[in-house]
Amino acid sequence: MRLETRPDVPIFIIMKWLNHELYIEPIDTYIDPVRPVQRAIITHGHADHARAGHAKVLATPQTIDIMKARYGAQCASSFQPLTFGTPLQIDDVTVTLFPAGHILGSAQVCLDYNGQRAVVTGDYKTHPDSTAQAFELVPCDLFVTEATFGLPVFQHPDPQNEMTRLLASIAAQPDRCHVIGAYALGKAQRVIKLLREAGHDAPVYLHGAQEKLCAYYQAQGIDLGDLRKALDRDKDSFRGHVVVAPPSALRDRWSRRLPDPVVCQASGWMTIKQRAKQSGVELPLVISDHADWNELTSTISATGAETVWVTHGREDALVHWCRQRGLDAEPLYLQGREEDSSE
Amino acid sequence: MNRFASLLETLILTPSRNAKIAAMAQYFQDTPDPDRGYALAAITRDLTLANLKPAGLRALVADRVDPDLFAMSYDYVGDMAETISLIWPEADSADVETSPLPGVASFIADVEATPKSALDAYIAHQLDNASANERWAMIKLATGGLRVGVSARLAKTALAQYGGQDLAEIEKIWHGLDIPYAGLFAWLDGTGDKPQIAAGNIFHPMMLSNPIDADRDFNRLEAADYDAEWKWDGIRVQLVFGADTGSDAADSPAPGRMFSRTGDDISAAFPDVTTSLRGQAVLDGELLIGAPQDHGPETDRGDHILFDAQPFNHLQQRLNRKKAAKTQLRDLPAFVRVYDMLFDGGADIRDLPLVTRRDRLARFLQQHDNPRLDLSETLSFDSWQALAALRDTGTDMFGHEGLMIKQKDSLYIAGRPKGPWFKWKRDPRVIDTVMMYAQRGHGRRSSFYSDFTFGIWKGNEILPVGKAYSGFTDEELRELDKWVRAHTTNRFGPVREVEKTLVVELAFDSVHDSPRHKSGVALRFPRINRIRWDKPAGEADTLDSVRTLID
Repeated sequence: MRLETRPDVPIFIIMKWLNHELYIEPIDTYIDPVRPVQRAIITHGHADHARAGHAKVLATPQTIDIMKARYGAQCASSFQPLTFGTPLQIDDVTVTLFPAGHILGSAQVCLDYNGQRAVVTGDYKTHPDSTAQAFELVPCDLFVTEATFGLPVFQHPDPQNEMTRLLASIAAQPDRCHVIGAYALGKAQRVIKLLREAGHDAPVYLHGAQEKLCAYYQAQGIDLGDLRKALDRDKDSFRGHVVVAPPSALRDRWSRRLPDPVVCQASGWMTIKQRAKQSGVELPLVISDHADWNELTSTISATGAETVWVTHGREDALVHWCRQRGLDAEPLYLQGREEDSSE
Repeated sequence: MNRFASLLETLILTPSRNAKIAAMAQYFQDTPDPDRGYALAAITRDLTLANLKPAGLRALVADRVDPDLFAMSYDYVGDMAETISLIWPEADSADVETSPLPGVASFIADVEATPKSALDAYIAHQLDNASANERWAMIKLATGGLRVGVSARLAKTALAQYGGQDLAEIEKIWHGLDIPYAGLFAWLDGTGDKPQIAAGNIFHPMMLSNPIDADRDFNRLEAADYDAEWKWDGIRVQLVFGADTGSDAADSPAPGRMFSRTGDDISAAFPDVTTSLRGQAVLDGELLIGAPQDHGPETDRGDHILFDAQPFNHLQQRLNRKKAAKTQLRDLPAFVRVYDMLFDGGADIRDLPLVTRRDRLARFLQQHDNPRLDLSETLSFDSWQALAALRDTGTDMFGHEGLMIKQKDSLYIAGRPKGPWFKWKRDPRVIDTVMMYAQRGHGRRSSFYSDFTFGIWKGNEILPVGKAYSGFTDEELRELDKWVRAHTTNRFGPVREVEKTLVVELAFDSVHDSPRHKSGVALRFPRINRIRWDKPAGEADTLDSVRTLID
């Protein structure tokens, strides 16, 4: 593979492509590895990036909190918190974390070595989101970008448009309940926050799986308003209200407690009608925590990087786009990343 | 256009049949003529715009979007209209002279009236002006094939509900109506009479059969109540001919018309049949290719053929053609093996029992002796066991596709009513194959690797033998999709080559020689019968073993 062939260039010493993982050889550290390792830098708390069982974990304080909340305090032997923008010197490599704008605490990993710089985005978006620290552009030589929505058909609308559609649907069908499928970390809180910003003050009912992380966001100063448990309630009390549940619960027995629910799902995938249909979604809400095509391409250009590695997602199209512009681009087929789902 | 776009979106996303019917009925209520009529025609797939073709739209996009990126996007999205609508670069609102979008009917009228040279500019202007959803609806409208999960039947059900009329009444007149159905809507609205149609001159929806469940059905059905006949290996057609059109002289009647099962007029490709028809009737039968009978010099106008039905691939050469070639008329003469009669002269006999219709059919064929029409024989049997034995002989010795079993007193009911007619196909052949390539599906299966190429061994090599897209459950589809993603060895654009380790049992109706395939054989109707997760690839079938199955 071309990635292995230029040992003389410092940037290819920092960042290696080892056994389908991102590896920083000079400090023997992996980024978001899928297997337990000695030393890991974790970009954010989603399960396909943060896994239990590593010896030493370096991450933002919020990512560490989230990992402990999800996997238990012992999910790694030791944790080292690193706040945004603080350089950390490890041997010859300087590690700095910058906000990725994906979810609360999500970070890009910036690595300086011998006068060159690599940035690994993890998952990111540049669109404003009041539940996550705003994405910060970091100029670099090697940019390792995600590509979840790396096709030009993905042009996410303004999320407030989607809220307008949701509120109109609630007003038009006051006898039904709107159940929104949203992942428990990040998406659920963002949807609730957007609802609040659109002026929806009524209580929002939560599936049990959403409670812990919503409470954590609230404790971090993100006001999500009146949240209640969707447990042991009279069926009729949900009419005209919004319930937030993990997507998996929508097709489960759990949703039987809801009166004639309008199934909504908040995801970038909802752009594509056949996808929405496949998941049995009646009201698709195009709300994404990942950069769309325009964000991906404009960010790549803005970093000034001459080398771009494209990870998890629709690598081929983004690599094609980069090469058309004379950039040195390679697809990395990362292991353990669901090609089409996780968000 | 916005209302039509919303309707389509509701139809595609609403799982409930009743909600779809309600959405359509509401649309018919809220939308004036002629918009609602054109929308209805689009939903029932009766609308075709001659001027605008998918290729033209693709060219329009190619001017704006990198073709490779477009191809990757289309592969991913799995729907041309949706890909174009999403990828279309949003025009900078300051640059575009915005004008309201035309309604459904005026959009169609514009497309048909705009000269080819100006059409691209017209379409591009409308797409620039529209939202992604409206672009999607416009392209769907222009190119047909809506794929919104609504059959023509369901749309007619919505019409019946909207107007409080019987669905069967709408079905009976449907093929005599013209877009945009103003008369139909007037009748449904109660402001006009039921439209009168020339019934002897149009296509009538066919009666279809259900597969028999041998274990269950034979126990509860009385053999004496049923007739049986061979299931012929051609295509189902309806012949409509002889209705008085006012002007024809008796010696040169207007040629009849031939319709496929879906109501497509395929007369032009089969003049040997359609010009031979005499008398007046609507007949139901199987289009087949016979053997040319050598009668020496070309004096016989090609009318002498043997009713010796040739295998389906003979007929296939004459299908999907606008016109028949002379050599094909000579070497591949067509005939229709008739099994039912819907109209006898001008009389609608669909409400008479099958045996009566068959008697009248036999009499009609005697009166109008025609070398291109042949009566499908009724098989006699006194028990289901006897019929089973007959089926085995027929399929094994004569290569028939199986049997049709029809209740003797069944009326001719459009659609696929449960009960009166059954098909009992021969048992499929099966072989074990190895998965070689996979591609994503379209429509409901967009994003899933669901279109597979399978191969069999020839020495140490695996040669492709067929493609299959069906036969698995949704759960199996997810497993296959996962397997493909985890065992990809190579990517060629949208196609993934996979490790040659997964054995899949394919079922198919028959196997033929095929010079077009590298393996030299082709399967008819291949589908996945079983996934053999347990079986080693080395134990899959070989070309030699497959060749022994050729009829």
